[in-house]
Amino acid sequence: MYVAVKGGERAIESAHAWLAEERRGDTSVAELSIAQIREQLSLAVNRVMAEGSLYDPDLAALAIKQARGDLIEAIFLIRAYRTTLPRFGASNPVDTGAMACDRRISATFKDLPGGQVLGPTFDYTHRLLDFTLAANGEVPEAPTRSAAPADVPHVTEFLNQEGLIEEAPLDDTTPPDLTREPLEMPAERALRLQALTRADEGFTLGMAYSTQRGYGRNHAFVGELRIGAVPVEMEIPELGFAVEIGEVTLTECETVNQFKGSKTEPPQFTRGYGLVFGQTERKAISMALVDRALRWEELGEDNEGAPAQDAEFVLYHADNIQATGFLEHIKLPHYVDFQSELELVRKLRREAGADQMQEAAE
Amino acid sequence: MSLLAKAPEGRISALLDTAQARPGFTWLRAPEIGSTMVRGRAGATGAPFNLGEVTVTRCALTLPSGEVGHAYIQGRRKSDAEAAALVDALMQTDAADALRASVLDPLMQELTAAKAARAAKAAATKVEFFTLARGED
Repeated sequence: MYVAVKGGERAIESAHAWLAEERRGDTSVAELSIAQIREQLSLAVNRVMAEGSLYDPDLAALAIKQARGDLIEAIFLIRAYRTTLPRFGASNPVDTGAMACDRRISATFKDLPGGQVLGPTFDYTHRLLDFTLAANGEVPEAPTRSAAPADVPHVTEFLNQEGLIEEAPLDDTTPPDLTREPLEMPAERALRLQALTRADEGFTLGMAYSTQRGYGRNHAFVGELRIGAVPVEMEIPELGFAVEIGEVTLTECETVNQFKGSKTEPPQFTRGYGLVFGQTERKAISMALVDRALRWEELGEDNEGAPAQDAEFVLYHADNIQATGFLEHIKLPHYVDFQSELELVRKLRREAGADQMQEAAE
Repeated sequence: MSLLAKAPEGRISALLDTAQARPGFTWLRAPEIGSTMVRGRAGATGAPFNLGEVTVTRCALTLPSGEVGHAYIQGRRKSDAEAAALVDALMQTDAADALRASVLDPLMQELTAAKAARAAKAAATKVEFFTLARGED
């Protein structure tokens, strides 16, 4: 049987008009500007840029406004917009060693060159609601100190000098790009890192937490966490040389993990890596833990069957736009599908009923 | 070009227009918005991977005297790209010295000052550990 599928236009139009009205809310309350969202909800903006996989704070702020603060919906809008942009090329790999650090901490070394710089962090706050924010108070200016420009070397470099940690040797292979080729297994590390950096924060956090609780334990220390701006440099084909085309803020996390050694490698520390657009600390640490868990095979570790060790499971379920697209589609009309299920169940019941009646008769 | 790419919105135009009247030009490539894939390296120093894209505006133009100016700047900023390409072209003419003093140097100073202000705030959050003497000796 065929069921009518036309006739929703008027209802849809009215629904969208009402959506616009609800988005605006009470008109006696001042409307939010894009600049206000960009400046004052910057961590939401950062999350939308990271998972939307497009660095543009104004667009992310617009998406958040349009999505009424639903960040996954906002990420969806950014991903959709991203597909409309012509790709001019790829940047040279960013040099995070040259980062202008707002924050740089190490949980493994107390005294390290460059020092422990806390930056604008929620750490050490008491997590008590601050009612002065509700009262529109002016913020006192943050203290400053003269800063001698100094190198801030990566922590792993110190361990490298003693050979205590695995090296990440320089390599210039062109990485695979999951926005151009579908993600296929087995996925090499470059592809896994691309998938993880745009993965859902909640999913990545859950996976990382599972490794800490014992499902594929890899005992991570945060060797280093740094947040700051790095220049983006790109080869310009017309010029034949590279120029800086801008600057992005990134969060980088390097974990230092235990490693007992294998047949070919002496005992040494191993590494997990997280690098994410914006100030996105929770995500970057999670990414580093999951990256490390997924490296079990190349490090010759046992497969414990832990979810975080299963690249196919992690990478195919980490993208919130894929996930929400498939999940939410089941609320859309499935009248015809369901009609056939209904027919089937009725038929089975008729047959079962007929059998029962027959048995009763015998 | 690197400096021009990092100038705040509208700043190049403001500096250029105070410095001199804009010359006529012909577009070689009208301003166009697109993206660049930003790459990182695994473990900061290892194999590259794709981190995500950044919006970029580019354009190219030529002055009546033949100099070609290019711009590739972050963001969706067509008028900034135009101003940046103009400055790039003019820097190849006799106006170069004057423009360096009136556009590039002030831009450099502003960017350096902004960076220093941020670095000073970061420096104020640097931890100074001290160890308490323990009573054994």
